[in-house]
Amino acid sequence: MARIVTDYLDHTAETYPDKPAFIDRKRSISFRELQNEAHHIASEIIALGLWKQPVVVYLNKSVECIAAFEGVTYSGNFYSPLDTKMPPERIHKIIDRLKPSAVITDSEHKSEAEEFSEGAHVILYDEAQKNAINYEGIENAKNRIIDSDILYVLFTSGSTGTPKGAIISHRGIIDLMGWATHDLGFGHDTVFANQSPFSFSFSVFEIYQTLKHGAITYITPEELFAQPARLMHYFNDNNADTLICVPSLLQMLSQLGVLEKIHVNSLKNIFFGGELFQMKYFNRWRREYPNVRFMISFGPTEVTDTCVYYEIKRHFRDDEVLPAGITCSNKDCFILDESNRLITEPGILGEMCVRGSGISYGYYNDPENTAKAFVQNPLNTSYPEIIYRTGDLVRYNEYGEFVYVCRKDFQIKHKGIRIELGEIEAAVSSFSEIEDCCCLYDSERQRITLFYTGKIDRSDLDSKLKVLLPDYMIPRKYVQLEIMPHNMNGKIDRPRLKEYMKEEGF
Amino acid sequence: MEKLLKILSSIKQDVDFQKEEGLFQKGIFSSLDMVYLVVGIGNEFGIEIDPEDITIENFDSAQRIMKLIERYKGK
Repeated sequence: MARIVTDYLDHTAETYPDKPAFIDRKRSISFRELQNEAHHIASEIIALGLWKQPVVVYLNKSVECIAAFEGVTYSGNFYSPLDTKMPPERIHKIIDRLKPSAVITDSEHKSEAEEFSEGAHVILYDEAQKNAINYEGIENAKNRIIDSDILYVLFTSGSTGTPKGAIISHRGIIDLMGWATHDLGFGHDTVFANQSPFSFSFSVFEIYQTLKHGAITYITPEELFAQPARLMHYFNDNNADTLICVPSLLQMLSQLGVLEKIHVNSLKNIFFGGELFQMKYFNRWRREYPNVRFMISFGPTEVTDTCVYYEIKRHFRDDEVLPAGITCSNKDCFILDESNRLITEPGILGEMCVRGSGISYGYYNDPENTAKAFVQNPLNTSYPEIIYRTGDLVRYNEYGEFVYVCRKDFQIKHKGIRIELGEIEAAVSSFSEIEDCCCLYDSERQRITLFYTGKIDRSDLDSKLKVLLPDYMIPRKYVQLEIMPHNMNGKIDRPRLKEYMKEEGF
Repeated sequence: MEKLLKILSSIKQDVDFQKEEGLFQKGIFSSLDMVYLVVGIGNEFGIEIDPEDITIENFDSAQRIMKLIERYKGK
Protein backbone atom coordinates (compact mmCIF):
# COMPACT_ATOMS: atom_id res chain seq x y z
CA MET A 1 0.00 0.00 0.00
CA ALA A 2 1.34 3.37 -0.97
CA ARG A 3 1.47 5.99 1.79
CA ILE A 4 2.98 8.74 -0.34
CA VAL A 5 3.29 8.97 -4.12
CA THR A 6 7.01 8.16 -4.27
CA ASP A 7 6.15 4.66 -2.98
CA TYR A 8 4.76 3.93 -6.47
CA LEU A 9 8.03 4.51 -8.29
CA ASP A 10 10.08 2.87 -5.53
CA HIS A 11 7.98 -0.24 -6.03
CA THR A 12 7.90 -0.35 -9.83
CA ALA A 13 11.62 0.51 -10.18
CA GLU A 14 12.35 -2.53 -8.06
CA THR A 15 9.77 -4.88 -9.58
CA TYR A 16 10.08 -3.91 -13.28
CA PRO A 17 13.46 -2.15 -13.48
CA ASP A 18 14.00 -2.57 -17.22
CA LYS A 19 10.44 -2.28 -18.47
CA PRO A 20 9.84 0.88 -20.52
CA ALA A 21 7.74 3.35 -18.53
CA PHE A 22 7.33 6.46 -20.67
CA ILE A 23 8.17 6.84 -24.33
CA ASP A 24 8.30 10.09 -26.25
CA ARG A 25 9.53 10.98 -29.72
CA LYS A 26 13.17 11.07 -28.63
CA ARG A 27 13.61 8.31 -26.08
CA SER A 28 12.20 5.54 -23.96
CA ILE A 29 12.83 5.57 -20.23
CA SER A 30 12.62 2.47 -18.01
CA PHE A 31 11.35 2.53 -14.44
CA ARG A 32 14.87 2.24 -13.03
CA GLU A 33 16.19 5.03 -15.27
CA LEU A 34 13.23 7.16 -14.34
CA GLN A 35 13.90 6.69 -10.63
CA ASN A 36 17.59 7.35 -11.15
CA GLU A 37 17.01 10.62 -13.04
CA ALA A 38 14.41 11.68 -10.46
CA HIS A 39 16.97 10.99 -7.71
CA HIS A 40 19.49 13.30 -9.41
CA ILE A 41 16.90 16.07 -9.58
CA ALA A 42 15.90 15.50 -5.95
CA SER A 43 19.54 15.66 -4.82
CA GLU A 44 19.98 19.00 -6.56
CA ILE A 45 16.91 20.44 -4.82
CA ILE A 46 17.90 19.02 -1.43
CA ALA A 47 21.30 20.68 -1.81
CA LEU A 48 19.51 24.02 -2.04
CA GLY A 49 17.95 23.36 1.37
CA LEU A 50 14.38 23.57 0.11
CA TRP A 51 11.50 21.89 1.97
CA LYS A 52 7.78 22.07 1.14
CA GLN A 53 8.44 24.77 -1.46
CA PRO A 54 6.93 25.25 -4.93
CA VAL A 55 9.16 24.13 -7.82
CA VAL A 56 8.20 24.94 -11.40
CA VAL A 57 8.86 22.40 -14.15
CA TYR A 58 9.37 24.30 -17.41
CA LEU A 59 10.20 21.72 -20.07
CA ASN A 60 8.72 20.66 -23.39
CA LYS A 61 6.38 17.72 -23.02
CA SER A 62 8.75 14.75 -22.62
CA VAL A 63 9.76 11.84 -20.39
CA GLU A 64 12.02 14.27 -18.54
CA CYS A 65 8.93 16.08 -17.24
CA ILE A 66 7.88 12.93 -15.39
CA ALA A 67 11.35 12.45 -13.90
CA ALA A 68 11.34 16.11 -12.85
CA PHE A 69 7.90 15.78 -11.17
CA GLU A 70 9.09 12.73 -9.25
CA GLY A 71 12.40 14.36 -8.44
CA VAL A 72 10.65 17.35 -6.88
CA THR A 73 8.45 14.94 -4.93
CA TYR A 74 11.41 12.87 -3.66
CA SER A 75 12.95 16.07 -2.31
CA GLY A 76 9.90 16.85 -0.16
CA ASN A 77 8.78 19.81 -2.27
CA PHE A 78 5.88 20.14 -4.70
CA TYR A 79 5.77 20.72 -8.44
CA SER A 80 3.85 23.00 -10.75
CA PRO A 81 4.17 22.31 -14.49
CA LEU A 82 4.19 25.31 -16.81
CA ASP A 83 3.59 24.75 -20.50
CA THR A 84 6.47 26.11 -22.58
CA LYS A 85 3.89 27.27 -25.15
CA MET A 86 2.00 29.35 -22.63
CA PRO A 87 1.87 33.09 -23.42
CA PRO A 88 4.32 35.16 -21.32
CA GLU A 89 1.56 37.23 -19.62
CA ARG A 90 -0.02 34.10 -18.23
CA ILE A 91 3.33 32.76 -17.04
CA HIS A 92 3.96 36.02 -15.20
CA LYS A 93 0.55 35.90 -13.50
CA ILE A 94 1.21 32.34 -12.35
CA ILE A 95 4.72 33.15 -11.09
CA ASP A 96 3.33 36.11 -9.14
CA ARG A 97 0.96 33.77 -7.30
CA LEU A 98 3.21 30.78 -6.92
CA LYS A 99 6.48 32.51 -6.04
CA PRO A 100 8.50 29.38 -6.85
CA SER A 101 11.77 28.64 -5.05
CA ALA A 102 13.24 26.81 -8.02
CA VAL A 103 12.61 26.22 -11.72
CA ILE A 104 13.65 23.05 -13.51
CA THR A 105 14.32 23.64 -17.19
CA ASP A 106 16.79 22.85 -19.99
CA SER A 107 19.35 24.87 -21.90
CA GLU A 108 16.80 25.61 -24.66
CA HIS A 109 14.49 27.41 -22.21
CA LYS A 110 17.10 28.68 -19.78
CA SER A 111 16.98 32.36 -20.68
CA GLU A 112 13.17 32.50 -20.60
CA ALA A 113 13.19 30.72 -17.24
CA GLU A 114 15.76 33.11 -15.82
CA GLU A 115 13.70 36.03 -17.05
CA PHE A 116 10.43 34.98 -15.39
CA SER A 117 11.75 33.19 -12.32
CA GLU A 118 12.62 36.41 -10.46
CA GLY A 119 15.53 35.15 -8.43
CA ALA A 120 14.39 31.53 -8.00
CA HIS A 121 17.09 28.89 -8.47
CA VAL A 122 17.23 27.69 -12.06
CA ILE A 123 18.12 24.00 -12.30
CA LEU A 124 19.18 22.59 -15.66
CA TYR A 125 17.93 19.04 -16.10
CA ASP A 126 21.04 17.72 -17.87
CA GLU A 127 23.43 19.41 -15.47
CA ALA A 128 21.64 17.90 -12.48
CA GLN A 129 22.14 14.42 -13.97
CA LYS A 130 25.92 14.81 -13.59
CA ASN A 131 25.84 15.31 -9.83
CA ALA A 132 26.10 12.59 -7.19
CA ILE A 133 22.86 11.21 -5.79
CA ASN A 134 22.27 12.05 -2.14
CA TYR A 135 20.56 8.78 -1.10
CA GLU A 136 20.57 9.66 2.57
CA GLY A 137 18.96 13.04 1.94
CA ILE A 138 16.24 11.42 -0.19
CA GLU A 139 15.57 8.77 2.44
CA ASN A 140 15.26 11.45 5.13
CA ALA A 141 12.91 13.51 2.98
CA LYS A 142 10.66 10.51 2.28
CA ASN A 143 10.41 9.76 5.98
CA ARG A 144 9.39 13.34 6.74
CA ILE A 145 6.72 13.68 3.99
CA ILE A 146 3.17 12.94 5.13
CA ASP A 147 0.27 12.11 2.85
CA SER A 148 -1.49 15.43 3.48
CA ASP A 149 1.53 17.35 2.11
CA ILE A 150 1.16 19.07 -1.24
CA LEU A 151 2.08 17.00 -4.29
CA TYR A 152 1.39 19.56 -7.01
CA VAL A 153 -0.29 22.87 -7.79
CA LEU A 154 -2.09 23.07 -11.14
CA PHE A 155 -3.28 26.37 -12.53
CA THR A 156 -6.73 26.58 -14.08
CA SER A 157 -8.12 29.61 -15.85
CA GLY A 158 -10.31 31.74 -13.64
CA SER A 159 -13.34 33.45 -15.14
CA THR A 160 -11.73 36.82 -14.36
CA GLY A 161 -8.64 35.88 -16.36
CA THR A 162 -6.35 35.38 -13.36
CA PRO A 163 -5.18 31.76 -13.09
CA LYS A 164 -6.02 29.91 -9.89
CA GLY A 165 -3.58 27.32 -8.53
CA ALA A 166 -5.44 24.28 -7.18
CA ILE A 167 -3.47 22.51 -4.44
CA ILE A 168 -3.52 18.70 -4.56
CA SER A 169 -2.02 16.43 -1.89
CA HIS A 170 -0.35 13.01 -2.07
CA ARG A 171 -3.47 11.57 -0.54
CA GLY A 172 -5.65 13.08 -3.29
CA ILE A 173 -3.72 11.19 -5.97
CA ILE A 174 -3.47 7.94 -4.01
CA ASP A 175 -7.22 8.12 -3.41
CA LEU A 176 -7.96 8.75 -7.11
CA MET A 177 -5.58 6.02 -8.27
CA GLY A 178 -7.22 3.49 -5.96
CA TRP A 179 -10.53 4.25 -7.59
CA ALA A 180 -9.10 4.24 -11.14
CA THR A 181 -7.49 0.85 -10.62
CA HIS A 182 -10.63 -0.65 -9.20
CA ASP A 183 -13.37 0.87 -11.35
CA LEU A 184 -11.63 1.74 -14.61
CA GLY A 185 -9.63 -1.49 -14.57
CA PHE A 186 -6.23 -0.08 -15.58
CA GLY A 187 -3.25 -2.19 -14.60
CA HIS A 188 0.17 -3.57 -15.41
CA ASP A 189 -0.74 -4.47 -19.02
CA THR A 190 -2.32 -1.15 -19.93
CA VAL A 191 -0.75 0.72 -22.85
CA PHE A 192 -1.70 4.39 -22.62
CA ALA A 193 -1.44 6.87 -25.47
CA ASN A 194 -1.36 10.24 -23.74
CA GLN A 195 -2.96 13.35 -25.15
CA SER A 196 -3.45 15.81 -22.26
CA PRO A 197 -0.70 18.34 -21.63
CA PHE A 198 0.95 17.74 -18.23
CA SER A 199 -0.31 21.13 -17.09
CA PHE A 200 -3.84 19.67 -17.38
CA SER A 201 -5.25 17.67 -14.52
CA PHE A 202 -6.48 14.85 -16.80
CA SER A 203 -2.87 13.70 -17.38
CA VAL A 204 -2.58 12.37 -13.81
CA PHE A 205 -4.21 9.12 -14.93
CA GLU A 206 -1.48 8.12 -17.38
CA ILE A 207 1.31 9.41 -15.13
CA TYR A 208 0.25 7.79 -11.88
CA GLN A 209 -1.37 4.63 -13.22
CA THR A 210 1.87 3.96 -15.08
CA LEU A 211 3.98 4.62 -11.99
CA LYS A 212 1.67 2.61 -9.77
CA HIS A 213 1.30 -0.53 -11.88
CA GLY A 214 4.35 -0.54 -14.10
CA ALA A 215 2.17 0.14 -17.15
CA ILE A 216 3.43 2.02 -20.20
CA THR A 217 2.62 5.49 -21.51
CA TYR A 218 3.33 6.71 -25.01
CA ILE A 219 3.59 10.48 -24.94
CA THR A 220 2.01 11.16 -28.31
CA PRO A 221 4.00 13.75 -30.31
CA GLU A 222 1.87 16.88 -30.42
CA GLU A 223 2.05 17.46 -34.18
CA LEU A 224 0.23 14.15 -34.75
CA PHE A 225 -2.97 15.65 -33.38
CA ALA A 226 -3.26 17.70 -36.57
CA GLN A 227 -2.64 14.63 -38.75
CA PRO A 228 -5.48 12.14 -38.38
CA ALA A 229 -4.11 9.23 -40.43
CA ARG A 230 -0.64 9.42 -38.91
CA LEU A 231 -2.17 9.58 -35.43
CA MET A 232 -4.19 6.40 -36.00
CA HIS A 233 -1.09 4.66 -37.41
CA TYR A 234 0.84 5.75 -34.31
CA PHE A 235 -1.77 4.15 -32.05
CA ASN A 236 -1.66 0.98 -34.13
CA ASP A 237 2.14 0.78 -34.32
CA ASN A 238 2.42 1.04 -30.55
CA ASN A 239 -0.51 -1.25 -29.74
CA ALA A 240 -2.09 1.52 -27.67
CA ASP A 241 -5.13 0.17 -25.85
CA THR A 242 -6.20 3.11 -23.71
CA LEU A 243 -6.87 6.60 -24.91
CA ILE A 244 -7.52 9.33 -22.33
CA CYS A 245 -8.49 12.53 -24.09
CA VAL A 246 -10.85 15.43 -24.66
CA PRO A 247 -13.88 14.73 -26.87
CA SER A 248 -12.78 17.38 -29.36
CA LEU A 249 -9.96 15.06 -30.47
CA LEU A 250 -12.40 12.21 -31.06
CA GLN A 251 -14.81 14.57 -32.82
CA MET A 252 -12.02 15.85 -34.99
CA LEU A 253 -11.01 12.34 -36.10
CA SER A 254 -14.60 11.71 -37.03
CA GLN A 255 -15.00 15.04 -38.86
CA LEU A 256 -11.82 14.48 -40.85
CA GLY A 257 -13.08 11.14 -42.08
CA VAL A 258 -10.38 8.90 -40.59
CA LEU A 259 -12.60 7.04 -38.16
CA GLU A 260 -14.14 4.75 -40.77
CA LYS A 261 -10.93 4.48 -42.80
CA ILE A 262 -8.26 3.38 -40.32
CA HIS A 263 -9.12 0.99 -37.51
CA VAL A 264 -7.04 0.80 -34.32
CA ASN A 265 -7.22 -2.90 -33.52
CA SER A 266 -5.56 -2.69 -30.10
CA LEU A 267 -8.03 -0.17 -28.68
CA LYS A 268 -9.85 -1.30 -25.50
CA ASN A 269 -10.65 1.81 -23.45
CA ILE A 270 -11.53 5.38 -24.30
CA PHE A 271 -11.79 7.61 -21.26
CA PHE A 272 -12.85 11.13 -22.10
CA GLY A 273 -13.83 14.30 -20.30
CA GLY A 274 -13.44 18.04 -19.97
CA GLU A 275 -16.22 19.06 -22.31
CA LEU A 276 -19.38 17.84 -23.98
CA PHE A 277 -19.05 15.02 -26.52
CA GLN A 278 -21.57 15.76 -29.25
CA MET A 279 -23.81 12.72 -29.38
CA LYS A 280 -23.77 12.18 -33.14
CA TYR A 281 -19.96 11.96 -33.14
CA PHE A 282 -19.98 9.72 -30.12
CA ASN A 283 -22.40 7.35 -31.81
CA ARG A 284 -20.13 7.14 -34.83
CA TRP A 285 -17.28 6.08 -32.57
CA ARG A 286 -19.43 3.53 -30.89
CA ARG A 287 -20.48 2.09 -34.24
CA GLU A 288 -16.84 1.66 -35.29
CA TYR A 289 -15.72 0.31 -31.91
CA PRO A 290 -18.60 -1.71 -30.44
CA ASN A 291 -16.29 -3.63 -28.08
CA VAL A 292 -14.38 -0.68 -26.66
CA ARG A 293 -15.29 0.55 -23.17
CA PHE A 294 -16.28 4.20 -23.37
CA MET A 295 -16.01 6.02 -20.06
CA ILE A 296 -16.65 9.59 -19.06
CA SER A 297 -14.66 11.53 -16.50
CA PHE A 298 -16.40 14.44 -14.86
CA GLY A 299 -14.94 16.83 -12.34
CA PRO A 300 -12.62 19.79 -12.00
CA THR A 301 -8.92 20.00 -11.12
CA GLU A 302 -9.99 20.98 -7.58
CA VAL A 303 -11.36 17.51 -6.72
CA THR A 304 -8.22 15.75 -8.05
CA ASP A 305 -9.58 15.67 -11.57
CA THR A 306 -12.56 13.31 -11.35
CA CYS A 307 -15.42 13.00 -8.87
CA VAL A 308 -18.10 11.47 -11.11
CA TYR A 309 -17.69 8.91 -13.89
CA TYR A 310 -19.83 6.95 -16.26
CA GLU A 311 -19.31 3.83 -18.30
CA ILE A 312 -21.57 4.09 -21.34
CA LYS A 313 -23.60 0.93 -21.66
CA ARG A 314 -27.07 2.14 -22.61
CA HIS A 315 -27.89 3.29 -26.13
CA PHE A 316 -28.21 7.05 -26.61
CA ARG A 317 -29.99 8.73 -29.51
CA ASP A 318 -28.36 11.63 -31.34
CA ASP A 319 -30.66 14.11 -29.60
CA GLU A 320 -29.92 12.82 -26.10
CA VAL A 321 -27.22 14.04 -23.73
CA LEU A 322 -24.74 11.73 -22.03
CA PRO A 323 -24.96 11.82 -18.24
CA ALA A 324 -21.95 12.85 -16.14
CA GLY A 325 -22.44 9.64 -14.20
CA ILE A 326 -22.15 8.35 -10.67
CA THR A 327 -19.88 9.30 -7.79
CA CYS A 328 -16.37 7.79 -7.60
CA SER A 329 -15.57 5.71 -4.52
CA ASN A 330 -14.44 7.65 -1.44
CA LYS A 331 -15.87 10.91 -2.76
CA ASP A 332 -19.24 12.36 -1.95
CA CYS A 333 -20.99 14.45 -4.60
CA PHE A 334 -24.30 16.05 -3.80
CA ILE A 335 -26.58 18.79 -5.10
CA LEU A 336 -27.49 21.91 -3.16
CA ASP A 337 -30.20 24.36 -4.15
CA GLU A 338 -29.91 28.14 -3.85
CA SER A 339 -30.85 28.00 -0.17
CA ASN A 340 -28.27 25.27 0.50
CA ARG A 341 -30.86 22.57 0.85
CA LEU A 342 -30.03 19.06 -0.29
CA ILE A 343 -31.69 17.98 -3.55
CA THR A 344 -32.36 14.27 -3.83
CA GLU A 345 -35.20 13.96 -6.35
CA PRO A 346 -34.57 13.77 -10.11
CA GLY A 347 -35.02 16.74 -12.41
CA ILE A 348 -34.32 19.55 -9.97
CA LEU A 349 -31.39 21.78 -10.78
CA GLY A 350 -28.72 22.75 -8.26
CA GLU A 351 -25.00 23.16 -7.74
CA MET A 352 -22.77 20.12 -7.51
CA CYS A 353 -20.75 20.07 -4.27
CA VAL A 354 -18.01 17.61 -3.37
CA ARG A 355 -16.35 16.39 -0.19
CA GLY A 356 -13.61 13.86 0.36
CA SER A 357 -9.89 13.53 1.02
CA GLY A 358 -9.23 14.22 -2.67
CA ILE A 359 -10.57 17.76 -2.41
CA SER A 360 -8.02 20.51 -2.99
CA TYR A 361 -7.00 22.62 0.02
CA GLY A 362 -7.87 25.70 -2.01
CA TYR A 363 -5.94 28.00 -4.32
CA TYR A 364 -2.30 28.70 -3.59
CA ASN A 365 -1.64 32.19 -2.20
CA ASP A 366 -5.22 33.13 -2.99
CA PRO A 367 -7.41 33.34 0.15
CA GLU A 368 -10.10 35.35 -1.65
CA ASN A 369 -10.93 32.80 -4.36
CA THR A 370 -10.39 29.96 -1.89
CA ALA A 371 -13.02 31.35 0.47
CA LYS A 372 -15.58 31.59 -2.34
CA ALA A 373 -15.39 27.96 -3.45
CA PHE A 374 -14.12 26.03 -0.41
CA VAL A 375 -16.72 26.47 2.29
CA GLN A 376 -18.03 24.85 5.43
CA ASN A 377 -20.52 22.11 4.56
CA PRO A 378 -23.86 23.87 5.14
CA LEU A 379 -25.43 20.51 6.01
CA ASN A 380 -23.02 20.04 8.90
CA THR A 381 -23.16 22.43 11.87
CA SER A 382 -21.34 20.15 14.33
CA TYR A 383 -17.68 20.28 13.26
CA PRO A 384 -15.46 21.87 10.62
CA GLU A 385 -15.86 20.16 7.28
CA ILE A 386 -14.88 21.81 4.00
CA ILE A 387 -16.70 21.11 0.76
CA TYR A 388 -15.89 22.33 -2.73
CA ARG A 389 -18.62 24.18 -4.63
CA THR A 390 -17.98 23.31 -8.27
CA GLY A 391 -20.06 26.08 -9.86
CA ASP A 392 -21.56 23.40 -12.13
CA LEU A 393 -25.33 23.18 -12.32
CA VAL A 394 -26.48 19.57 -12.43
CA ARG A 395 -29.54 17.44 -11.84
CA TYR A 396 -30.30 13.77 -11.31
CA ASN A 397 -31.90 11.80 -14.16
CA GLU A 398 -34.40 8.97 -13.75
CA TYR A 399 -31.52 6.51 -13.13
CA GLY A 400 -30.14 8.62 -10.28
CA GLU A 401 -27.15 9.66 -12.38
CA PHE A 402 -25.80 13.19 -12.42
CA VAL A 403 -26.51 15.17 -15.57
CA TYR A 404 -24.47 18.27 -16.26
CA VAL A 405 -26.54 21.22 -17.41
CA CYS A 406 -24.24 24.26 -17.48
CA ARG A 407 -21.92 26.50 -15.52
CA LYS A 408 -23.66 28.60 -12.92
CA ASP A 409 -22.49 31.70 -14.83
CA PHE A 410 -24.24 30.52 -18.03
CA GLN A 411 -27.64 30.31 -16.48
CA ILE A 412 -29.79 33.19 -17.63
CA LYS A 413 -33.17 34.62 -16.79
CA HIS A 414 -35.30 35.46 -19.79
CA LYS A 415 -38.83 36.77 -19.42
CA GLY A 416 -38.74 35.63 -15.81
CA ILE A 417 -37.94 32.06 -16.75
CA ARG A 418 -34.61 30.49 -15.92
CA ILE A 419 -32.91 29.06 -19.00
CA GLU A 420 -29.73 27.04 -19.37
CA LEU A 421 -28.04 27.97 -22.62
CA GLY A 422 -26.29 24.59 -22.63
CA GLU A 423 -29.62 22.87 -23.12
CA ILE A 424 -30.31 24.87 -26.26
CA GLU A 425 -26.82 24.08 -27.57
CA ALA A 426 -27.34 20.38 -26.94
CA ALA A 427 -30.56 20.47 -28.96
CA VAL A 428 -28.95 22.36 -31.83
CA SER A 429 -25.90 20.10 -32.00
CA SER A 430 -28.10 17.02 -32.25
CA PHE A 431 -28.87 17.91 -35.89
CA SER A 432 -26.51 16.19 -38.30
CA GLU A 433 -26.09 19.36 -40.41
CA ILE A 434 -24.64 21.32 -37.49
CA GLU A 435 -20.87 21.35 -37.08
CA ASP A 436 -20.51 23.69 -34.11
CA CYS A 437 -22.76 26.03 -32.17
CA CYS A 438 -22.77 28.48 -29.30
CA CYS A 439 -25.66 30.19 -27.58
CA LEU A 440 -25.37 33.60 -25.94
CA TYR A 441 -27.83 35.83 -24.19
CA ASP A 442 -27.99 39.36 -25.47
CA SER A 443 -29.08 41.09 -22.29
CA GLU A 444 -29.25 44.49 -23.99
CA ARG A 445 -31.82 43.36 -26.55
CA GLN A 446 -33.17 40.68 -24.23
CA ARG A 447 -32.93 37.87 -26.68
CA ILE A 448 -31.16 34.56 -27.18
CA THR A 449 -28.63 34.58 -30.01
CA LEU A 450 -27.36 31.40 -31.60
CA PHE A 451 -24.07 31.23 -33.49
CA TYR A 452 -23.57 28.14 -35.61
CA THR A 453 -21.61 26.57 -38.45
CA GLY A 454 -23.01 23.90 -40.76
CA LYS A 455 -25.07 23.37 -43.87
CA ILE A 456 -28.52 24.38 -42.72
CA ASP A 457 -30.30 27.68 -43.22
CA ARG A 458 -31.82 29.70 -40.43
CA SER A 459 -35.48 29.02 -41.11
CA ASP A 460 -34.95 25.24 -41.34
CA LEU A 461 -33.01 25.30 -38.11
CA ASP A 462 -35.73 27.34 -36.46
CA SER A 463 -38.51 24.97 -37.43
CA LYS A 464 -36.49 21.90 -36.38
CA LEU A 465 -35.75 23.44 -32.99
CA LYS A 466 -39.39 24.21 -32.34
CA VAL A 467 -40.03 20.48 -32.21
CA LEU A 468 -37.49 20.00 -29.43
CA LEU A 469 -37.65 23.12 -27.28
CA PRO A 470 -40.35 25.22 -25.63
CA ASP A 471 -40.97 28.55 -27.28
CA TYR A 472 -39.19 30.64 -24.62
CA MET A 473 -35.97 28.71 -25.34
CA ILE A 474 -36.02 29.26 -29.11
CA PRO A 475 -33.28 31.70 -30.21
CA ARG A 476 -34.62 34.95 -31.60
CA LYS A 477 -31.50 35.57 -33.65
CA TYR A 478 -29.54 33.05 -35.73
CA VAL A 479 -26.05 33.86 -36.95
CA GLN A 480 -24.48 31.44 -39.40
CA LEU A 481 -20.68 31.64 -39.31
CA GLU A 482 -18.18 30.18 -41.75
CA ILE A 483 -15.82 29.29 -38.93
CA MET A 484 -16.45 29.17 -35.20
CA PRO A 485 -13.77 31.05 -33.24
CA HIS A 486 -11.91 28.94 -30.65
CA ASN A 487 -9.44 29.87 -27.92
CA MET A 488 -6.07 28.29 -27.11
CA ASN A 489 -7.63 25.41 -25.17
CA GLY A 490 -9.84 24.49 -28.09
CA LYS A 491 -12.98 25.77 -26.46
CA ILE A 492 -15.38 28.11 -28.24
CA ASP A 493 -14.22 31.70 -27.83
CA ARG A 494 -17.31 33.15 -26.11
CA PRO A 495 -15.81 36.59 -25.34
CA ARG A 496 -15.10 37.04 -29.06
CA LEU A 497 -18.67 36.08 -29.98
CA LYS A 498 -19.94 38.51 -27.37
CA GLU A 499 -17.89 41.23 -29.05
CA TYR A 500 -19.44 40.35 -32.43
CA MET A 501 -22.84 40.53 -30.82
CA LYS A 502 -22.16 44.03 -29.53
CA GLU A 503 -20.40 45.44 -32.58
CA GLU A 504 -22.49 43.95 -35.33
CA GLY A 505 -25.76 44.16 -33.52
CA PHE A 506 -26.33 40.45 -34.12
CA MET B 1 -5.91 31.52 -54.13
CA GLU B 2 -8.01 34.39 -52.89
CA LYS B 3 -10.70 32.05 -51.65
CA LEU B 4 -8.11 30.06 -49.75
CA LEU B 5 -6.56 33.18 -48.20
CA LYS B 6 -10.00 34.18 -47.02
CA ILE B 7 -10.43 30.86 -45.25
CA LEU B 8 -6.99 31.09 -43.68
CA SER B 9 -7.48 34.60 -42.36
CA SER B 10 -10.91 33.75 -41.00
CA ILE B 11 -9.18 31.21 -38.75
CA LYS B 12 -6.30 33.48 -37.79
CA GLN B 13 -6.14 37.20 -38.38
CA ASP B 14 -3.05 39.34 -38.81
CA VAL B 15 -0.90 36.71 -40.50
CA ASP B 16 0.63 37.27 -43.93
CA PHE B 17 -0.39 33.95 -45.43
CA GLN B 18 1.15 34.86 -48.80
CA LYS B 19 4.59 34.57 -47.22
CA GLU B 20 4.24 32.54 -44.04
CA GLU B 21 5.51 28.96 -43.94
CA GLY B 22 5.49 26.31 -41.23
CA LEU B 23 1.89 27.10 -40.32
CA PHE B 24 1.61 24.15 -37.94
CA GLN B 25 5.25 23.72 -36.96
CA LYS B 26 5.49 27.31 -35.82
CA GLY B 27 2.25 27.06 -33.92
CA ILE B 28 0.39 29.63 -36.05
CA PHE B 29 -2.35 27.03 -36.30
CA SER B 30 -3.24 24.59 -33.56
CA SER B 31 -4.13 20.98 -34.27
CA LEU B 32 -7.80 21.84 -33.83
CA ASP B 33 -7.56 24.44 -36.61
CA MET B 34 -6.95 21.56 -39.03
CA VAL B 35 -10.65 20.70 -38.79
CA TYR B 36 -11.78 24.21 -39.70
CA LEU B 37 -9.26 24.32 -42.49
CA VAL B 38 -10.21 20.97 -44.02
CA VAL B 39 -13.95 21.50 -43.58
CA GLY B 40 -13.68 25.08 -44.90
CA ILE B 41 -11.68 24.01 -47.95
CA GLY B 42 -14.00 21.07 -48.57
CA ASN B 43 -17.05 23.33 -48.64
CA GLU B 44 -15.49 26.13 -50.64
CA PHE B 45 -13.82 23.99 -53.33
CA GLY B 46 -16.20 21.07 -53.36
CA ILE B 47 -13.53 18.47 -52.64
CA GLU B 48 -13.07 15.77 -50.04
CA ILE B 49 -9.49 15.48 -48.80
CA ASP B 50 -8.33 11.97 -47.92
CA PRO B 51 -7.16 11.70 -44.27
CA GLU B 52 -3.79 10.35 -45.47
CA ASP B 53 -3.24 13.70 -47.23
CA ILE B 54 -3.98 15.72 -44.09
CA THR B 55 -0.36 16.20 -43.03
CA ILE B 56 1.49 19.23 -41.72
CA GLU B 57 3.69 19.14 -44.84
CA ASN B 58 0.69 19.50 -47.16
CA PHE B 59 -0.64 22.32 -44.98
CA ASP B 60 2.69 24.02 -44.39
CA SER B 61 1.89 27.20 -46.35
CA ALA B 62 -0.85 28.72 -48.52
CA GLN B 63 1.13 27.66 -51.61
CA ARG B 64 1.35 24.06 -50.46
CA ILE B 65 -2.35 23.95 -49.59
CA MET B 66 -3.21 25.39 -52.99
CA LYS B 67 -1.14 22.66 -54.65
CA LEU B 68 -3.09 20.05 -52.74
CA ILE B 69 -6.42 21.60 -53.72
CA GLU B 70 -5.39 21.69 -57.38
CA ARG B 71 -4.38 18.05 -57.23
CA TYR B 72 -7.85 17.16 -56.02
CA LYS B 73 -9.62 19.38 -58.52
CA GLY B 74 -7.65 17.76 -61.33
CA LYS B 75 -8.82 14.31 -60.28
